Amino acid sequence: MELKNKIPFHFSIIFTIACIILVITFWISIVYGNADIDTSTILNAIFNYDPEDVNHNIIIDVRIPRDIGALLVGVALAVSGAGIQSVTRNSLADPSLIGLNSGAALMLALTYAVSPVITFPLLILTGFIGAMLGGTMVLMIGSSRKDGFNPVRLILAGAAVSALLSAASQAIALYFRLNQSLIFWSSGGVSGTTWQQLYTGIPVVAIIVVIFILISGQLSILNLGESIAKGLGQNVKLIRPGTMLLSMLLAGISVAIVGQIAFVGLMVPHISRFLVGTDYKKVIPLTAVLGGCLVVGADTVARLMGEAPVSAIISFIGVPYFLYLIKKGGRTI
Amino acid sequence: MNRLTGRNLTIAYGNKVIIEDLDIEIPDKKITSIIGPNGCGKSTLLKALCRLLPIKKGKIALDGTDINKSASKEIAKKIAILPQSPEVADGLTVGELVSYGRYPYQKGFGRLVPEDVEVIDWALQVTGITEFKHRIINDLSGGQKQRVWIAMALAQKTDIIFLDEPTTFLDIAHQLEILELIKELNQKQQTTIVMVLHDINQAIRFSDYMITMKDGEVITQGNIPEVLSSQLLAEVFQIDAELMQDKLTGKPMIANYQLVNRKYSKVEIK
Repeated sequence: MELKNKIPFHFSIIFTIACIILVITFWISIVYGNADIDTSTILNAIFNYDPEDVNHNIIIDVRIPRDIGALLVGVALAVSGAGIQSVTRNSLADPSLIGLNSGAALMLALTYAVSPVITFPLLILTGFIGAMLGGTMVLMIGSSRKDGFNPVRLILAGAAVSALLSAASQAIALYFRLNQSLIFWSSGGVSGTTWQQLYTGIPVVAIIVVIFILISGQLSILNLGESIAKGLGQNVKLIRPGTMLLSMLLAGISVAIVGQIAFVGLMVPHISRFLVGTDYKKVIPLTAVLGGCLVVGADTVARLMGEAPVSAIISFIGVPYFLYLIKKGGRTI
Repeated sequence: MNRLTGRNLTIAYGNKVIIEDLDIEIPDKKITSIIGPNGCGKSTLLKALCRLLPIKKGKIALDGTDINKSASKEIAKKIAILPQSPEVADGLTVGELVSYGRYPYQKGFGRLVPEDVEVIDWALQVTGITEFKHRIINDLSGGQKQRVWIAMALAQKTDIIFLDEPTTFLDIAHQLEILELIKELNQKQQTTIVMVLHDINQAIRFSDYMITMKDGEVITQGNIPEVLSSQLLAEVFQIDAELMQDKLTGKPMIANYQLVNRKYSKVEIK
């Protein structure tokens, strides 16, 4: 079965609908939770915050940061995936599948082992360095041909490297008795998001996503392949590593906030391309919004299922989707 | 003096030298074909001439300036390249791909100005694909796809177009269609064309100038009637061929060819 959208709908209509869905999802996510809190209390909590009211505290200190965290991670992972897919011209690429997440998790485990008290900006930096480590290993092993990356080889290299890095994280956790915090990373959940994390996370993700939107035209050119991009006068040597670094940074931030969530960066760009075609000027903004929808929605479902890890909920959709893509042959995009 | 020239070129992949100390000149406003056996370095030379491949030694000059030292976008306004069998992402439309040909002229966010739109429409029209503008490229036939790529090259509005085996994977009718289109561009727009072709008869029929290569060296370069001979074909391709006159075009054509060293053609298959 070949899924193909013969008539891509008008971009602005789709984008508007996606934004409306995001707002609705976000609102539902604030409303539904373990504590039963009605709408007027929520609005009061936002506009007339009363520190004495327990329900107000739940909304302002738990639910809203958690939802913004989910939104931020969704945007970051989805855009990171779109960036990686354009650089590698590989429709199977995803931050977690090419070792970025496990690399970031390893570095975070190391950091916690050395110093349990660490500021969040430093944690983001550590996550970024880890993502670079994991990603570089996978790209070096996975790119054997001059013309780019064999899609399935890259994924195999990613699986092997991820297994190695995860084993290393666990060894560190066991040795330094970090088990509690490490389970949080490997299962991936947004429940612990704090305003402190968001104060750093929001501006960093926002800036990188804006850069991605500004260079989206370049990504469309890059996606035509190296020869064509060079022929059109693109500075491939700058754009390619630059895009990769920005993608790694986004993956590193996500892991620092929620731990490891896979498949967001794989699925969302696919869905966006299905809806609006392959031009990255349309794909990047839509991917950002849909990524937010996916993770916020999945986190709401996870909460309603009694605090199931959000990563499990996403994998539940992501794995069949991934297998479907593999069956299709994972051709270059 | 011709606009595009190469002097003392040495080109290598890593440490493997493919071409050494080669001089070449591309005649303006003509169609030049580079022919030669597999692995002779013809594609390598083509890529180096349009700065897709760095050179180890020597200098490639366009209008007197070194192309490897010029801004790449400026070169892209003068030379367009159609690589061998390019692949395109699913879902990309004809109009979008052709619009990417305007990339060298865009600044910043890359919005299309009215002039860009005009050029894109012209490129679609010249290649006869205006009606496909909103179609998805991967839904088109091989011959139509190749027209789309040529339209993108045209949208670059260059005086020179390089094509690496533009007829590969096409059936004979589509091969002729593409070559006729290239010839028309050359005649109407005075575009300088440089292409690598495998079919010797097509190279003779559609080009003015021919460069023959073997083992990384240029054996001859010149106008076709002056350079083409049975001895040349024997030396370069190891074939024993008769040169006849094509009744249709009046140009030479090769026929009745067989291997010079017939040892291989007489292997008995049990």
